[in-house]
Amino acid sequence: MFLLSLLSFSLSFLFPGEQLINISGQINATTQQLALLAEQYQSHDNIFQQYLAYIDKLFHGDLGLSMASQQPISTEIISFLPATIELSLVALLLAMTVGIPIGFIAAIYHRKMADNVILSVSMIGYSIPVFWLGLLAILIFSIQLGWLPSAGQISLLYEIEHVTGIQFFDILISSSPYKWQAFQNASSHIFLPACVIALAPATIFVRLARTAMMDVLDSQYIRAAKAKGLSFWQMIYHHAIRNAMVHVIRDVGLQFANLVTLAMVTEVIFSWPGIGRWLIESISQRDYTAIHGGLLALSSFIFVVHIITDFIYAALNPLARENKHGS
Amino acid sequence: MMYFQRKQLNSIFILSCLWFVAACDGNNKHSLSENSIIYCSEGSPESFNPQTVSSGTTIDATSNQLYNRLISYKGERNSIAPSLAKSWHVTRDGKMITFYLRKNVSFHKTSFFTPTRFFNADDVLFSFNRILSVNHPYHHVSGGKYPFFQSVNFSTVVDSIEKINDYTVRFKFKYADSSILANLASDFAVILSKEYADKLAEKNQQQKIDTAPIGTGPFKLKEYRAGAYIRFATHENYWQKNISIEQLIFDITPSNTGRLTKLLAGECDVIAFPIAHQKIKSKPALELEEVTSFNVAYLGFNTEKPPFNNIKVRQAIALSVNKNEIINTVYRGKADIAHSLLPTTSWAYNKGILPQPFDIEKAKVLLADAGFPEGFTMNLWALPVQRAYNPDAVTMAKLIQANLKKIGIKVVIENSLDMGTFLDLLSRGEHQSVLLGWSADHPDPDNFFTPLLSCSAALSGNNRTFWCNEEFDNLTHQALQTTNILQRKRIYTKALAIIATETPLIPIAHSKRFQARHSNVSGKLLSPFGGIDFSEVSKN
Repeated sequence: MFLLSLLSFSLSFLFPGEQLINISGQINATTQQLALLAEQYQSHDNIFQQYLAYIDKLFHGDLGLSMASQQPISTEIISFLPATIELSLVALLLAMTVGIPIGFIAAIYHRKMADNVILSVSMIGYSIPVFWLGLLAILIFSIQLGWLPSAGQISLLYEIEHVTGIQFFDILISSSPYKWQAFQNASSHIFLPACVIALAPATIFVRLARTAMMDVLDSQYIRAAKAKGLSFWQMIYHHAIRNAMVHVIRDVGLQFANLVTLAMVTEVIFSWPGIGRWLIESISQRDYTAIHGGLLALSSFIFVVHIITDFIYAALNPLARENKHGS
Repeated sequence: MMYFQRKQLNSIFILSCLWFVAACDGNNKHSLSENSIIYCSEGSPESFNPQTVSSGTTIDATSNQLYNRLISYKGERNSIAPSLAKSWHVTRDGKMITFYLRKNVSFHKTSFFTPTRFFNADDVLFSFNRILSVNHPYHHVSGGKYPFFQSVNFSTVVDSIEKINDYTVRFKFKYADSSILANLASDFAVILSKEYADKLAEKNQQQKIDTAPIGTGPFKLKEYRAGAYIRFATHENYWQKNISIEQLIFDITPSNTGRLTKLLAGECDVIAFPIAHQKIKSKPALELEEVTSFNVAYLGFNTEKPPFNNIKVRQAIALSVNKNEIINTVYRGKADIAHSLLPTTSWAYNKGILPQPFDIEKAKVLLADAGFPEGFTMNLWALPVQRAYNPDAVTMAKLIQANLKKIGIKVVIENSLDMGTFLDLLSRGEHQSVLLGWSADHPDPDNFFTPLLSCSAALSGNNRTFWCNEEFDNLTHQALQTTNILQRKRIYTKALAIIATETPLIPIAHSKRFQARHSNVSGKLLSPFGGIDFSEVSKN
């Protein structure tokens, strides 16, 4: 986190233009306002003081103004980030529910026909570039077949108030008489982009789950379970799956960073009103404050997800926490 | 124990989900999309008051949806029909028109305004005095520019507007102008609410009159997010007829492919300016409509700047532009060649007008006569934005560049300006030549002459050629003095002949306007001129 803040702080020096304007985003500021800003950011002091002033601003939630829209970066992030979180979580869920069972199946039929097919298909899935897959999905499912919508979070028909920014929650708490239709509509909007994002992580989950399951199946306790006389499926269901899952969960955090990157590209293709699209637009508009604000927000978000998955891992796996308690 | 608890939790979760699904499903019988129309439009409106703008995108979003005019056009022949005025009377000398207003017409009731009275003469006076009188408190709100009214010399023609009683209004004119009724029926002459204006003035929020609009039209504005969407709701007390849809939404989608995708995926019911016509025609669930619009795309010369102050240079260029090629390439055949400023569908169009010849040799001779045997370098301005009259001005500029190369003229294309700067620099005459166009506001032929080429328009900068010809001005003036159609037609033929020899501009094409919709959307949407109208649309 420290390195990250250092990087985003130094970006304001590295971008072309006045450093004070780069960091605050106040492009139309008068001389007095600039003097006030210089005071706030302590830009006459040494660089260390400046950095501290910057960190102080960050902790107060002040990321400056967007150079393009002159809105506070923090409000822009708050309005765009939830849509990305929603999309990423749905994609993650999709990747896990599809990828992990398939990986288990591959492990169970290790070196058999099913295993080979799954491995080669997942290799192909992993190699497809996400932007191409997105366009292909729109071409087939939106244009040719007309089954699924190609843009946005929900049809404009439904007036859903922006409360949390997570569309499904907003629908649930809204007072619209058409809640259920809105819910269906939102689901059909999220399905295509979520599938596109989920493909690559799903193939990784296939591999992770396959390896984890194979390790578990080789272990002592499985042999013991077999010796007890459990049937094969009973053994898989009661012992192997849970233990294999624990290993997979550990890597979910890592995959999430990858997934958010994919989501950013996908958001542009599917006109998803999320932070990825916002960030890419900011880059093309040379909106420096938005770039480093967005960068900080996204990295902090991924950081938080890593910590949460570590906690979940610890909660699920007694081995990971037992050392501390000393059993 | 743990296991048991988890099982309980699971069942509670599933039960609550089921309850939620059941609770929601029972609420509504029919789906929302059955009563709503989503229109994918090509851009954001600049304002919500058509009086203050000239762009077609804004007219589409406002005029027919939010407002009514005193009179409007009806039927195949676009005859003038009653609207907010239920009848009117023109004096014999054409210098006075009395309008008898409709009673019990209500304005929009919205979250920000509740009308306490019906529409009356005060609203008419307010709406027009705002434009006419420079001292009117609302004249300078939103910039004080009324491009359409300025282009038709509204304030010179109208002497005064009088209120006879609450439901009678009299317009007095300085001289007879036979296009005045057509101007009053155009999309720009909308009626605003005086009561609303007074309320805003109390709160010192005058500019809201053009951004949070109140009108008498079939729909009222509910929500607008620039660059994203406009949401309209039905005006429940609309005077004319019941509107069969509940919601009208403009989904602002500037990209051509984006609009097409949304149409094919069923996200839009109607889209503006569709591309890939074959694809749309091949789908049975979609319909493609076309109307030959009252518009013209032209190549205009700045006749005040050399070398285009020389008539021979202009004629030489007119002889060397290959219009056929442009129609095929830029419009892909979806336009008619323009032989004159007037489209062939106008009543004043003279079938005797001969097509402009295409003659490189003669052009070279003319150019040598003018003193440019070696040719010269000129700039040509083109707007890189799709317009109703010109889908791709930049390609058109490139074709003209290739044409003119043959007579030794080197063309430098200027296409990097955004629309605001472009129009601003044009009105100041910074250009040498420009690719532009004109979409008529009403079917009266005068609309192609006075706003485009008159001396007064040259002064205000709306006449981008800055060409001012006394004889031409007198003719167009004469044509307005009479209501005799045959006589007017004869005068306009003469005026067209002057344009053809003087060549301040070269008419290139009359484009057709296209629109695509799902076949379950029925009702008339497009007319040959003016904006789209959703009041007659229904969904089945």
